[in-house]
Amino acid sequence: MASAGAEPARRAAEGWAERLLAGEKRALARLITLIEERDPAASDVLRLLHPRVGQAHVVGVTGAAGAGKSTLITALARELRARGPSVAVLAVDPSSPLTGGALLGDRIRLGDLSTDPGLFFRSFASRGHLGGLSRAVADAVRAVDAAGYQAVLVETVGAGQSEVEVSELAHTTLVVLAPNLGDDVQAAKAGLLEVADVFAVNKADLPGARETAGEIRAMLGLGPARPWTPPVVELSARTGEGVAGLLEALERHRDFLVASGRWGEKLRRSAAHQLRDLLGEELLRAALARLEAEGSWQAWVEAVARRERDPYTLSEELARRLLAGATGRPRGEGEARGL
Amino acid sequence: MTRPLRVLVAKPGLDRHDRGAKVIARALRDAGMEVIYTGLHQTPAEIVAAAVQEDVDLVGLSILSGAHMTLVPRVIQGLREAGAGDIPVVVGGIIPPEDAEELKKAGVLEVFGPGSSTEAIVDFVRREIGGRVNALG
Repeated sequence: MASAGAEPARRAAEGWAERLLAGEKRALARLITLIEERDPAASDVLRLLHPRVGQAHVVGVTGAAGAGKSTLITALARELRARGPSVAVLAVDPSSPLTGGALLGDRIRLGDLSTDPGLFFRSFASRGHLGGLSRAVADAVRAVDAAGYQAVLVETVGAGQSEVEVSELAHTTLVVLAPNLGDDVQAAKAGLLEVADVFAVNKADLPGARETAGEIRAMLGLGPARPWTPPVVELSARTGEGVAGLLEALERHRDFLVASGRWGEKLRRSAAHQLRDLLGEELLRAALARLEAEGSWQAWVEAVARRERDPYTLSEELARRLLAGATGRPRGEGEARGL
Repeated sequence: MTRPLRVLVAKPGLDRHDRGAKVIARALRDAGMEVIYTGLHQTPAEIVAAAVQEDVDLVGLSILSGAHMTLVPRVIQGLREAGAGDIPVVVGGIIPPEDAEELKKAGVLEVFGPGSSTEAIVDFVRREIGGRVNALG
């Protein structure tokens, strides 16, 4: 970045962070757009917000399609708002792999909650890359946390590999199940058992709910004893019955995390994860810039493509040289090749 | 770098069905856009809240009930009050030509009547809104 532009950029970021901290939803929403775009301006604001991050209780909500996650999240948000805490919901839906477009319909269930000053709701399209998405959602969680939202509910795309990422992101992972969803759920249960902190068996007004809840309790009973046994809460998000009980289960888990020291542990793990991520990106950018500047990048690419060099050895050698702080350009091509 | 356009498709008022809005939402999605769909019976305040929180590039209102002359100006006014008066608004539905002119004077970017093809709407959004967004970088 040119130094001439640095000062105005810093002042713009400060103004932005101020508006966000003052509760301006537009400032928060625009920041999330820039986060999704991986715009450098997002980092300028996020670095100012960093001291404010770490207060919110982040709940990841996952489960099979059709289990009623969106309806349950709306019911939870409503219950939280009735009790007082402000709520941010981040809802992720898949993008079409063909067109890149997405139809994001999770707001349909919000109704009058939409205009509640203590609620912020944002829809995300997965944009075809779960890894990159989890990074954007992680930064969006930090943004709403800094903005002062006390509970953050993150809903993710169906069942699949993303649960693991949700459990990285969230303090509490809520797995939503419903009766009679079939074999997919049966298969998913095994993996979900490991990540779930709380189970919700939704649609408790339908036959089979009690059995589904019983099965999960039985499966949990088979495993080794754990300091926290995930409660299994039966409820109906549609009628609202049992939602208060679910909220209490989530709060008990948060209290358990704090009392057992796991809350702090989670903060450290998340800090390590984020720092490693950003450091990796920074190192790669610096390394590529150096190689481009000394004009050797294209030559190395050619050498690998022509099978004169193997990329495994070469990348190790380049990393060693760049980290040793070698400066300037190589004196001759022969020397570069002999590196 | 171009990013997917984000469009809010909303139905204010008391319309009893949303087939038209769903067809448009689907067409925009198939054109590679991220469409936030809010369902029936939205109040202007709910539409403004959705537009702000979702940080959309465009608000599309679908109105069949004939209440467009009261509902549309309220949405536009609400957006301005929320500091989001820069988000363009288009309207689709059963809108008489003289009303369409009025609405445009009140700040609506374009009005699409019953005969508008989905292709024409998609092209318009791509050209008008895509151009703005990518000019801002």
